[in-house]
Amino acid sequence: MSMLATLITVVIVSTLGGWMFRFAGQKTTQNTPYFRDMPYGVAVGYILGAIVVLWLAQTYYLGRTLEAPAANKYFFFVKAIDLFIIFALAAYVFRIFGRHVGTSATRKLFRSMPVTAAFGVMIIIIYTIMAIFAGLIAPYGQDQVFPLANIVPGGDPALGGNPDFPLGTDQIGRDILSRLIFGAQNTVGIAFATTCLAFFIGSSLGFLAATVGGWVDQLLSRAVDVLMAIPALIFALLLMTIASAWAGSDKGLLTLYMVVIIAVIDSTRVFRLARAVGQNIVVMDYIEAAKLRGEGLAYLVFREILPNATAPLLAEFGLRFCFVFLTIASLSFLGVGIQPPLADWGTMVRDMSQFINFAAFAPSVAVAPLLAAGAIALLTVGVNFVVDWMLHKSSGLKE
Amino acid sequence: MSDDQLLKIRDIHLEGRSDETWTPIINGIDLDLKRGEVLGLIGESGAGKSTLGLAAMGFARDGVRISQGSVEFDGIDLVNASAAVKRGLLGKRIAYVAQSAAASFNPAHKIIDQHTEAPVQHGVMSTKQSQADGMELYERLRLPNPEEIGFRYPHQVSGGQLQRAMTAMAMSCRPDLIIFDEPTTALDVTTQIEVLASIRDIVEQFNTAAIYITHDLAVVAQMADRIKVLLKGDEVEEADTRTMLLTPTQDYTKSLWAVRSFQRPAKPAINTGATPIVSVKNVTAAYGKMPVLFDVDFDIHAGRTVAVVGESGSGKSTAARCITGLLPPKNGHIEFEGVAMPLDYRHRSKDQLRQAQMIYQMADTALNPRKSIGEIIGRPVQFYMGLTGAAKRKRVDELLEQIELEPDTYFSRLPSELSGGQKQRIGIARALAAEPKFIICDEVTSALDQLVAEGILKLLANLQDNLGLSYMFITHDLATVKSISDEVVVMKDGRVIEQGPKAEMFKPPHHPYTDLLLSSVPEMDPDWLTDLLKARGVDNIGDAAVGKM
Repeated sequence: MSMLATLITVVIVSTLGGWMFRFAGQKTTQNTPYFRDMPYGVAVGYILGAIVVLWLAQTYYLGRTLEAPAANKYFFFVKAIDLFIIFALAAYVFRIFGRHVGTSATRKLFRSMPVTAAFGVMIIIIYTIMAIFAGLIAPYGQDQVFPLANIVPGGDPALGGNPDFPLGTDQIGRDILSRLIFGAQNTVGIAFATTCLAFFIGSSLGFLAATVGGWVDQLLSRAVDVLMAIPALIFALLLMTIASAWAGSDKGLLTLYMVVIIAVIDSTRVFRLARAVGQNIVVMDYIEAAKLRGEGLAYLVFREILPNATAPLLAEFGLRFCFVFLTIASLSFLGVGIQPPLADWGTMVRDMSQFINFAAFAPSVAVAPLLAAGAIALLTVGVNFVVDWMLHKSSGLKE
Repeated sequence: MSDDQLLKIRDIHLEGRSDETWTPIINGIDLDLKRGEVLGLIGESGAGKSTLGLAAMGFARDGVRISQGSVEFDGIDLVNASAAVKRGLLGKRIAYVAQSAAASFNPAHKIIDQHTEAPVQHGVMSTKQSQADGMELYERLRLPNPEEIGFRYPHQVSGGQLQRAMTAMAMSCRPDLIIFDEPTTALDVTTQIEVLASIRDIVEQFNTAAIYITHDLAVVAQMADRIKVLLKGDEVEEADTRTMLLTPTQDYTKSLWAVRSFQRPAKPAINTGATPIVSVKNVTAAYGKMPVLFDVDFDIHAGRTVAVVGESGSGKSTAARCITGLLPPKNGHIEFEGVAMPLDYRHRSKDQLRQAQMIYQMADTALNPRKSIGEIIGRPVQFYMGLTGAAKRKRVDELLEQIELEPDTYFSRLPSELSGGQKQRIGIARALAAEPKFIICDEVTSALDQLVAEGILKLLANLQDNLGLSYMFITHDLATVKSISDEVVVMKDGRVIEQGPKAEMFKPPHHPYTDLLLSSVPEMDPDWLTDLLKARGVDNIGDAAVGKM
């Protein structure tokens, strides 16, 4: 009931407040175009935004000042706000850093960059460094087992932590921090390779279908339809089962099979996009001019069509990378993806998933599986921020 | 302010948002309009005509704002009016007719349903009344089958008819003011006449005031009582139509008036027996099963310009596609300097392809937006001539000089950084890079402003004199034909109706269709339309005269 009452209050306050806000703005600024042309919905949006910010601040204050166990309720909320502020500040500082260090080209790039893109770039750089230098950065090996299992993250002995393992250990006593760092190498590296392969297959076939048309287009498109008709995850599972039989005990070969299988399944989506985009481009006069010049198919596809399709393909790349990443994590979670003892974020979430049940009364225990999940989420968000920014830049969109 | 005064715009400023800053579009223009008066707004693209027209409704497009000044419609301040007040006015007392009716009608609804929307919403009429009224308006606008045409979908009627249906829609609430934004620009000359005559009639009948926006002086001369000339957001001058046409005071206006005077000297007659550069021999072609060309036959001789004229759908562009080999003809063949060419471009050799180049109507779609000018022009140089590195750069610079663009400034620019006329010049340079003997110009000037178009025509003429090129010049604009062509081919419905040297073509006697085409070209005489309608018989101006029905 109080929920409903709050909701009604918010609606009333924002509808009235929106009107008053705009009216006050118009009066105090002598009807400048900004307030004069402000739609009512936008004015309400400002008030709603203000209400939400107030509510966030109040909840955060409660979570900070209350003692446990009452604060347990707000534990994740407080952590999320903390992390949000830390990341925002870090991205801001990173952008300032980028504006003053580096070649003139990168400095110029950073100058035109919104904070969100700077955040994305920062995340990608951190992950890349982690992936490349995993062996040097990680305090322990990814398959190194310690006798101290199930240490709680946080490193505080009073709460069941251990300063040697700042993010704790899993059920069989492997250091979570080290496994997260090695996981970047395995999961991100494999996902990146898979996405690149999917894009190579999908976009070249898609452009080919768009340019040549006729029976080539029919054949490729219907083949893709057939592949897309089978639910992707189930199809991948099925093929992975066959692949594990073929690969036998060779785990490297199984990983290679996985890359190819996911790439082929995902390339069907890329194919559709590339074909649709390509069809809009091949009707342009400059393609006709190139055809009449006598240019070959490869020149048409890679020199005339591809440069004009980069914007939608890039957007799809960002999204597809995340999907591939999640597919690999799901497959690992189901036990057919990246094989132990290799660290993988999907597997880590699966292994420790039952700790989430402790969230209500021992939030710091429940953090363990969320660390790997958070690593996935962070990269997904970061990649999408960067792709958004690139799209914005290449399309010349206003606002 | 007299009671006659309907619209009063004072010192209006509009700004557009680009790259986070507001840049001015209109810098303080005054505009007055009395009841029943028609004001013509003219200027080149980017002059702010449409923006000013919309501002007269108190409206600004997305990303545009009215920053200063006032718009007073019948005593109501439209700039500061609330949305509710504007809703009550727009569509009811102020209406708008857009340039492209085909793009402005909702294709999912019948014409009459879209027609009745405004009167019913504003509570002026019931649906039944409005439908009956719509039919009456269709009749007054001389649409064929006024009882029935409204129940068609927009794609089921022709472009000219749709434009008239849109005018009827604007009239549906009997507004005091209609803004016509280039209503005939997308139409053929023969169709344009019908629309112009209908608009003029109906505006007079209902004593509606109108703002008529166009870039075509001859059109505005027929429609407007007064003309206002705009240039880059500033007013150049304003005067009565007759005064303005006879004695323009400003240099800019004079230059606009003078554009149509460009004419090339006539060339000597062709040697009989000389082998033509290109001959189209009895070509019949079809898209799938639908035949589009019937037994088309004409020659293009060295160093001459053949203009191919006709309305849209007459097969002029299809003829060009047959010559280039994009659409292999069903019958007949294409000869190049007396030698038959393979019909499909894929079977032609590199050298055969090089001989015939093409310049397109829309320079925007003809240049790859992701390639620099240097790459666009450099590619054919490398592809056909095998030049690379410094030699290629030198050749591209030469070509850029030929089209009168500074090589160092433009070499590394992208097409989006050029104006429309400059883009068209790059299209010409790309064709020249192949060192062809023959160039097809497909409506190359029809998307350009008149002053810019004149520059392109002069450039093409110079290139022809210096390089001995032959042109096939496809156009629907007879003024362009007059200025540049040596021979003329008139096409209609996929057939060649008449052909011969220019001087003969513009002298009677004509084929009836040629006559119709020639007489439909608006002239700079304000009485031209009235006289023409009299000559054709007023009741007869509809489709009957065009011979469509």
